[in-house]
Amino acid sequence: MYRYDEFDHAFVNERVAEFRDQVERRLAGQLTEEEFRPLRLRNGLYLQLHAYMLRIAVPYGVLSPRQLRQLAMIGRKWDRGYGHFTTRQNLQFNWVKLVDIPDVLAALAEVEMHCIQTSGNCVRNVTADPYAAAAVDELEDPRAWCEILRQWSTLHPEFSWLPRKFKIAISGAAEDRAATAFHDIGLRIVRGPNGENGFRVLVGGGMGRTPYVGQEIKSFLPKEHLLSYIESILRVYNLHGRRDNIHKARIKILVNALGIDKFREDVEADWEATHKDAIDLPEDEKRRIMSYFAPPELPERPARDEALAARRESDPAFANWYKHNVLPHRVPGYASVVISLKEPGRTPGDASSDTMDFVADLTERFGHNEARVNYTQNLILPHVARADILELYEALAGAGCATGNNELLGDMICCPGLDYCNLANARSIPIAKEIAKRFEDPARQEEIGKLRLNMSGCINACGHHHSGNIGILGVDKKGTELYQITLGGNPKDSASVGTIIGPGFRAEAVPQAIDTIVDTYIDNRHEGESFLETWRRVGAAPFKEALYGAR
Amino acid sequence: MPSVVTANRLTDGIVVYLAADGEWTEEIANARVADDEAETKALEAIADNAVRERVVVGPYPMVVGLKDDGAIDPLSVRERIRAAHRTTLTKDWYDVPL
Ligand code: HEM
Ligand code: SF4
Repeated sequence: MYRYDEFDHAFVNERVAEFRDQVERRLAGQLTEEEFRPLRLRNGLYLQLHAYMLRIAVPYGVLSPRQLRQLAMIGRKWDRGYGHFTTRQNLQFNWVKLVDIPDVLAALAEVEMHCIQTSGNCVRNVTADPYAAAAVDELEDPRAWCEILRQWSTLHPEFSWLPRKFKIAISGAAEDRAATAFHDIGLRIVRGPNGENGFRVLVGGGMGRTPYVGQEIKSFLPKEHLLSYIESILRVYNLHGRRDNIHKARIKILVNALGIDKFREDVEADWEATHKDAIDLPEDEKRRIMSYFAPPELPERPARDEALAARRESDPAFANWYKHNVLPHRVPGYASVVISLKEPGRTPGDASSDTMDFVADLTERFGHNEARVNYTQNLILPHVARADILELYEALAGAGCATGNNELLGDMICCPGLDYCNLANARSIPIAKEIAKRFEDPARQEEIGKLRLNMSGCINACGHHHSGNIGILGVDKKGTELYQITLGGNPKDSASVGTIIGPGFRAEAVPQAIDTIVDTYIDNRHEGESFLETWRRVGAAPFKEALYGAR
Repeated sequence: MPSVVTANRLTDGIVVYLAADGEWTEEIANARVADDEAETKALEAIADNAVRERVVVGPYPMVVGLKDDGAIDPLSVRERIRAAHRTTLTKDWYDVPL
């Protein structure tokens, strides 16, 4: 993975020293809260419902064992022994003290991590397909491009005060596992007319109160022009994006106000006028960064393992876990393994310090020193020898981390909601727990098949409810938490925003409503049809009838 | 309407309430209850001073209920969650029923 050079080290350490000074000035009364707030946000520090919250970037979702152990240590020493992995491949600590933050940032810097640009109206952490360099369907590893964008965007003087935050995701695979269509810019690596790779560029996707699926601005961008083209998009947005209304400030609003054709025209005009050579990355620099992302040496291991097959025959729990959480790897004899953070009863995405240490150990024992964070709030060991899978499973099972629900109903995305978040209208974590309890039986989840259930505690949509096959949105109706259900969202290819199915439900009625929706799907589905396919074929009527018919 | 003043402590962000002795307490049970608007205003003035003194940030008054035994009821779900200072790490907590 990418290693800091001297410049990076010096830069991050300077930032730590700068923020230490700012915290001291705040505590000494030289800065008021109004003055301090933008400074702390620039360093990923929020003040939430209960305490300060620190958001740490996990660039392209890659974590080394050293980093995992340091995060575990930070959680233990300065928080309450756990953190929350988010849909933006970040980690949030919920209980850090302001007085300790400079030390926390220094500890992060020791392992080449930081919180810069995890908040504020700038280019945020660039996210990627979590199976990069492992997936069977990958054309090219997206992470080097994430790193290039990260270096380019860090403290970029022109783009440090955009109209609003800016989120970029990159996938280099045939299947979109990074929700690229729901980002301000989504990049897909595709094969071009002459057999070379380039980018299909989507723009103007997003969640929040006005959800949009990103639209194609360029079907094929030669790779060498990535930076100059993105600069042109950002420049047009920076100039014309609205600054008068925070709810209309995202690029999606501009793109949809102008129309994609006019927006493209403006971007192309700017791009034409750009000295591309001055902005695009020199070839040798690109190669230098690429070299950090060379895939690990994977020694030859047997592709078939008799013991695995036998265990699948004899142990249904293992067979279930294997079916859903062990994914094919492009190197025969290897697999990618999903470590679910969705054990029923637990908060989706939360990991204790002990779990982080444990996963660090596993990466060393079985995972070629690498773990990944998926935007669905799970961890992944991307490179595991199939011959090690039984032993890995035993270890996971012993630690309560062998829940075999990857991409099933139990694999819910869930934002912190009213249990932590100052902006929340309703709780989301207890609802997720109740739903998990209702669907705890693996046989029931198996019967349903793959299903994406996403939940947010307010319209900001941090929990991606718009793109859930089933989405749940918490609202506040005269002091009562109420939950609106949307159906038909899709984060993958042919992405779509879910449709509100009808009046909201009180908290205690939500699990039954989900049950009713699932039953309606099962009753209506044709053999082998996914939830989305059934929904798109039969429409809302049967679901409405089942949910509200009796009213 | 009975009210208390709440805020977050500057140094660690923890939820606190203005107490009878003029200090800030993490326990809502120890909060000082203002019985009318004038008393609430007086508490707010103390809180504003505490902001200047860098003790707390973001203070605001909130209406509370008083149970028969005099215990303070935070009323809203949000304020019940704040008062509980509770983590979600452990399994099976439900201190604020659904
Ligand atoms: C608890 C502190 C948090 C605050 C104050 C916060 C704030 C916000 C706001 C205001 C928006 C709406 C932006 C807009 O529509 O322009 C938003 C969107 C979003 N947030 Fe959060 N968020 C928080 C936590 C999280 C967490 C925990 C996650 C991941 C689980 C997350 C991921 C996202 C994503 C994916 C979006 C939607 C994408 C977009 O359109 O920007 N946030 N957040
Ligand atoms: S969706 Fe709303 S409640 Fe959930 S984390 Fe985002 S801002 Fe908070």
